[in-house]
Amino acid sequence: MNTLFDKIWDAHTVEKIDGSCVLYIDRQYIHEVTSPQAFAGLRQRGIGVFRPAQVTASPDHNIPTLNQHLPIVDPQSAEQVATLERNCAENGITIFPIGSPRNGIIHVVGPQTGLTQPGMTIVCGDSHTSTHGALGCIAFGIGTSEVEMALASQCILQSKPKSMRINVEGELRQGVCSKDIILYIISKIGTGGGTGHFVEFAGSAIRSLSMEARMTICNMSIEMGARGGMIAPDQTTFDYLKGREFAPQGAEWDAAVERWGKLCSDADAVFDKEITFDAADIEPMITYGTNPGMGVAVTGEIPSGMDLDAASQVSFRKSLDYMGFQAGDKMLGKKVDYVFVGSCTNGRIEDLRAFASLVKGRKKAEGVTAWIVPGSKEVERLAIEEGLRDILEAAGFELRQPGCSACLAMNEDKIPAGKYCVATSNRNFEGRQGPDARTMLAGPLVAAAAAITGVVTDPRELM
Amino acid sequence: MRNKFTTLISTAVPLPLENIDTDQIIPARFLKATTREGFGENLFRDWRYDSAGNPKADFVMNSPIYGGEILVAGKNFGCGSSREHAAWAIDGAGFRVVVSSFFADIFRNNALNNGLLPVTVSEKMLSSIFTAVKSNPKTELKIDLEAQTIEILGTSDKESFDIAPYKKQCLMNGYDDVDYLVSIREQIATFEKK
Repeated sequence: MNTLFDKIWDAHTVEKIDGSCVLYIDRQYIHEVTSPQAFAGLRQRGIGVFRPAQVTASPDHNIPTLNQHLPIVDPQSAEQVATLERNCAENGITIFPIGSPRNGIIHVVGPQTGLTQPGMTIVCGDSHTSTHGALGCIAFGIGTSEVEMALASQCILQSKPKSMRINVEGELRQGVCSKDIILYIISKIGTGGGTGHFVEFAGSAIRSLSMEARMTICNMSIEMGARGGMIAPDQTTFDYLKGREFAPQGAEWDAAVERWGKLCSDADAVFDKEITFDAADIEPMITYGTNPGMGVAVTGEIPSGMDLDAASQVSFRKSLDYMGFQAGDKMLGKKVDYVFVGSCTNGRIEDLRAFASLVKGRKKAEGVTAWIVPGSKEVERLAIEEGLRDILEAAGFELRQPGCSACLAMNEDKIPAGKYCVATSNRNFEGRQGPDARTMLAGPLVAAAAAITGVVTDPRELM
Repeated sequence: MRNKFTTLISTAVPLPLENIDTDQIIPARFLKATTREGFGENLFRDWRYDSAGNPKADFVMNSPIYGGEILVAGKNFGCGSSREHAAWAIDGAGFRVVVSSFFADIFRNNALNNGLLPVTVSEKMLSSIFTAVKSNPKTELKIDLEAQTIEILGTSDKESFDIAPYKKQCLMNGYDDVDYLVSIREQIATFEKK
């Protein structure tokens, strides 16, 4: 009567002390922004990395997305990337440097190289580590002190979260993608709806999704406050992983699939919280406010907020003021200045295919600046090989080089103050894409429709 | 060894907004340092300063009326990014306690790992604190970690709060998780062989 989460967590618990668990970590990912202080801590203590072979690094957060063959211009960004390279070299950690074939956003790189596998425990100093849970593992974001713990001992101290299952049943409507599913769920349960819990996504609509679409869902589980999200591995998972560089090969592969096939919640497993949604209720989504829970159908209106309690209304009104929107406004027709396609949420090849499918044979709207940023060097390579870059260029778009880019605007890719950006990334917080920038989160199809028309548009009108 | 935490009596800085995310606490463009120091001056940067770097008069941290080592904020404090820089910034700005009616999980862990105490109170208590501090900014709160209580001094408003027993011991004694984990490396190596 155990959940999938219980099974993996318990199998990785080294010991329990006073309500905390020493949790063994199979794989640790690191990047340039949240790791330097952890390595400095190790040096101060005079200890080395305990299991360097289980750690993989990829610089992604503050790297430029143009001219990656040139030195990084911003001195602080350059210093962070150089520090990561130095720390990896000193400690025998594998790094995928900028511009190399395996470089990219670490949450795109992990699954794509087969480093991420079912049944594992994975941590990284980044909240979107939850992405990897799509392959049936426990993966979650940690702070830098915990990065140091994992480097020092391949373990972290952690309280066991409660369990939660979110089922999405039935068939998805035409033009609805996995980003719409997760934005819909967060709009229903709020940004704190999963706090304290680890979520398993299940149900026929989830099962029907491709591996990459599942990653988008698990990626944003943190946006409902959940510790992480996961989906039980199945044939889709195995087909995705087979033959990938770091996946098991030959006889080891067969043994692994046999083992992974048993990873699921027992039929009588009880969750601390369980919610079911009907896939048919989900429409293409977009956000209107400054947290990912403030989403509506693209054809919908901004709610009045009158049903909120007094304390919440203050935050709600502040949010609409920031966005320059009014309660009751229709989202359709809202002006769009920028379109950003990319990030660990929607920067994979399927996202670029979806975007390209809608812009093919059309032209980018005048006045819209669009940044199409592949999630990894491999995604960039595929986009060129499949002819997507040609389609994009013919429609007036440019394919940039991989990185986190305008998702958090640590590099030069910043949305100017006051401008509206439809973004396929994960957060619409105030200033997230640059000081005073206004973000509307959506999937790649809604982004494509906005890029072509220059206003918020229902992508189904163009299909 | 970190600073030990036992009891704190202090006035408070009220920030009655919900869902304060870590991008507000410390915007991403300030995450480029390779040390833990210096983040305090950019705490709540874009709420606290205008684009020219001048203090915004309407932000509570710029008010001469409010001050103290306790930050009080609306529910779901610290949601979003896992950046520990958020905890470093709050700590760096001189706060030792954050009070809210609930905290995002990663932020709570990050705070605890830096000797910054997150105190979760009921909605009613939170509302009482906001009211008391607003009507008299000299109102003091008392946080007793040993007893796990928070009270508004001079009133009968007092509540107990939860904290994982292990984390409580770490805070009270200034213990550090890394030291502990390194001390059991042999046990971890044995676990790996299973």
